[in-house]
Amino acid sequence: MDSLIKDWTGRVFDAVETGRKLCLRGGGSKVFYGGAEQGELLDLSVNRGIVAYEPTELVVTVRAGTPLAELQAVLAGKGQCLAFEPPHFGAAATVGGMLAAGLSGPRRQAVGAVRDFVLGVKLLDGKGEVLSFGGQVMKNVAGYDVPRLIAGSLGTLGIVLEVSLKVLPLPVAEKSLRFAMNEADALDKLNQWGGKPLPISACAWSDGALTLRLSGAAAAVAAAERSLGGEALAEADAFWASVREQTHAFFAAEVVGEAVGTAAEKTQEQAPLWRLSVPSTAPVLRLGPTLIEWGGALRWLRGGDPAVIRAAAEKASGHATLFRADAALKASAGVFQPLSAPLARIHRNLKNAFDPHGVFNHGRLYPDF
Amino acid sequence: MSIDSNYSDPRFAVDRPALIARLREVLPSNALLVEDEELRPYECDGLTAFRELPLIVALPENEAQAQAILKVCHQLKVPLVPRGAATGLSGGAMPHRDGVVVSLARLKKIIRLDPVSRTAVVQPGVRNLAVSEAAAPFNLYYAPDPSSQIACTIGGNVAENSGGVHCLKYGLTVHNVLRVRGITAEGEIAEFGNAALDAPGYDLLALMNGSEGLLALITEVTVKLTPKPELAQVVLASFDDVTKAGDAVASIIAAGIIPAGLEMMDKKATHAVEPYVNAGYDMNAEAILLCESDGTPEEVAEEIGRMKAVLEKSGASEIRVSQNEAERLKFWAGRKAAFPAVGRVTPDYLCMDGTIPRKRLAEMLNAIADLSQKYGLRCANVFHAGDGNLHPLIMYDANQPGEMERAAAFGGEILELSVAFGGTITGEHGVGVEKINVMAAQFSLAEISAFHRLKAAFDERGLLNPGKGIPTLARCREYTQTRAGAALTAPRF
Repeated sequence: MDSLIKDWTGRVFDAVETGRKLCLRGGGSKVFYGGAEQGELLDLSVNRGIVAYEPTELVVTVRAGTPLAELQAVLAGKGQCLAFEPPHFGAAATVGGMLAAGLSGPRRQAVGAVRDFVLGVKLLDGKGEVLSFGGQVMKNVAGYDVPRLIAGSLGTLGIVLEVSLKVLPLPVAEKSLRFAMNEADALDKLNQWGGKPLPISACAWSDGALTLRLSGAAAAVAAAERSLGGEALAEADAFWASVREQTHAFFAAEVVGEAVGTAAEKTQEQAPLWRLSVPSTAPVLRLGPTLIEWGGALRWLRGGDPAVIRAAAEKASGHATLFRADAALKASAGVFQPLSAPLARIHRNLKNAFDPHGVFNHGRLYPDF
Repeated sequence: MSIDSNYSDPRFAVDRPALIARLREVLPSNALLVEDEELRPYECDGLTAFRELPLIVALPENEAQAQAILKVCHQLKVPLVPRGAATGLSGGAMPHRDGVVVSLARLKKIIRLDPVSRTAVVQPGVRNLAVSEAAAPFNLYYAPDPSSQIACTIGGNVAENSGGVHCLKYGLTVHNVLRVRGITAEGEIAEFGNAALDAPGYDLLALMNGSEGLLALITEVTVKLTPKPELAQVVLASFDDVTKAGDAVASIIAAGIIPAGLEMMDKKATHAVEPYVNAGYDMNAEAILLCESDGTPEEVAEEIGRMKAVLEKSGASEIRVSQNEAERLKFWAGRKAAFPAVGRVTPDYLCMDGTIPRKRLAEMLNAIADLSQKYGLRCANVFHAGDGNLHPLIMYDANQPGEMERAAAFGGEILELSVAFGGTITGEHGVGVEKINVMAAQFSLAEISAFHRLKAAFDERGLLNPGKGIPTLARCREYTQTRAGAALTAPRF
């Protein structure tokens, strides 16, 4: 890896000297997410390989360009997993991209997000320095928690070289159940069940059907199944993969009445996808076709007026992200909910602290940095 | 012990009478302490070896008063030291001689507890255990349970990213906090995180956890509440050899089990504890393990069976399973009382807090035994074995000339060894003033500089808790030079 670091440090210095920007990319599977890419491409997918993995430590250290699927296969071989079930959004997805996007899958409601499992990072900052933060142990409060800060920073703070992640054993047993239920009842039930010690590891509501997944010890799953009722779901793994990877009909289908014109134009004009992160107890938002995950705390929404959606998310004490949309809408509506003045200032200062010349992934998170 | 050179920093040339006059304009008279005898109780926190008298103590009753204090201090360039219950063990709340201690003791309201969304909004001075007590009628609780949970506050827990005996399964403070509301050094209100599971932009909430009061003054915290498991049972296993006990810990994890708690105590610790709380520990054992399972009765029965099988195979000399809640609490009582129990058998003790990879537990115990010989000081060992977090308790007598310095050197070697083993100098107690020098053993100058830039992103003038957490670059250089010399005579393991 030393020659890679040397090479990349050179690229950083060149960019600083010539005032150019670098576009950091792993597998490119999440290019659609965030602001548009700008600057010269720096391909990070060449930095591959698992550096250290000891199942009894529950920790894996991996180079950031390693394909996510490759890491997950190695973990599964030892009966372990990335418990937050990260979405891939494409076969080329890398571990670094997963970290940069900071997105978690269905199991997030039960175990936590990407950031909750990041233990350490090694990164190349905007001054060309290699820095290590955190480490390979579960508990570590020496220095500020930079590793978790990097999760979801969309490559704006530095080039991640290596990341150490906490891993967990695969669940011993799983069972998925389906209930016919309207949206309001589903939200009620999810919040009720959430307050009980039930092994619910995922949920998805859309189109009048609530699907639950139970994970844990065989005895616990069986007991929960008896108390909850519902109808057993066949092909459950494929269903949860479709929710995670957004190949489920809700995400794939075009929304009637939104798209007009030729087939090519239809793809362009497919109703934008919004991601609303709200308290699980937020009521039915009545903003359009909805898919609910995370016990009610994540609401996917197709189409709608950006200003109305942002206001509704804020009123519910949450925030709205324009998850998939064309460049024009992203530019006009902004991808992420605007920040308060003090937070915006802290963001700019932090960017400046790690990337003083503004070399990395300009505009991917917020337009001004 | 020597105090950080920041403490005589000429940057802070504070005009005390002017400061008092300005603070009197914005605070009621009972919210300001200025007399020496009033200031004395604030001179240290749980790390009593480090003391300093503050310039002033302010006790705001609400957020508006706290904000007014910060604005005055920002304008006059006065350092501030936030303080909760002062149970911290690394000197994070030790006063600054030119600064104001802002005690959050009067901000102790539980503002809202919502059993449906399973969250509580609390002021920073609310005690950790008070949150669980308030949530108990709804069969909910606040999961992080540091041993000081009767006294320590949520604000302090966030500042230190506190752990506890159940964090292997239920996480640290950072995993159980949704939102922190605070005041920046400039006196602005800022919200980190929100009522949802994530927030837009950088994860500043993660930075707030464990920031030791250096980034913002906390005025409100939203915590997650967890459903109480139906049942919990604990296995108490004895071992005639510490290596076997250490290996048993790795074997449990290797078997795919994540215990609700996995704790280890060595013979010196059990011998201090047993006469104090009668927990029923095996006094012949070289080490004991406490291994807890929680969940539904079916789940617990299944898991306890698996745990027992692994412990037997690992050579446990005795295995007992708690038969009821009273017995479970009795087994835990010894572990939770370990620090005060050791405090009874020695005039003073120093508590270390390194974390190492689990597989090196036995090696570390043997190394500590050698160091105990070298320094001529006893050391009892209490471990959060499940996550590799060590609490060696080095016993000394501060009245014996040189003992305190020997204890500090002993502790320093344990921390350096923790780093050498691939771990960290502090798992949950924080750096504070206590470990500020050893930071140089874990981080390069470039990394320390990055920490300083991060700090400045929040607090450009460096007014919030200066001299804590992150050492100056000059100190790092000094430390590295001194240790390079010392390493020539240090023992090899």
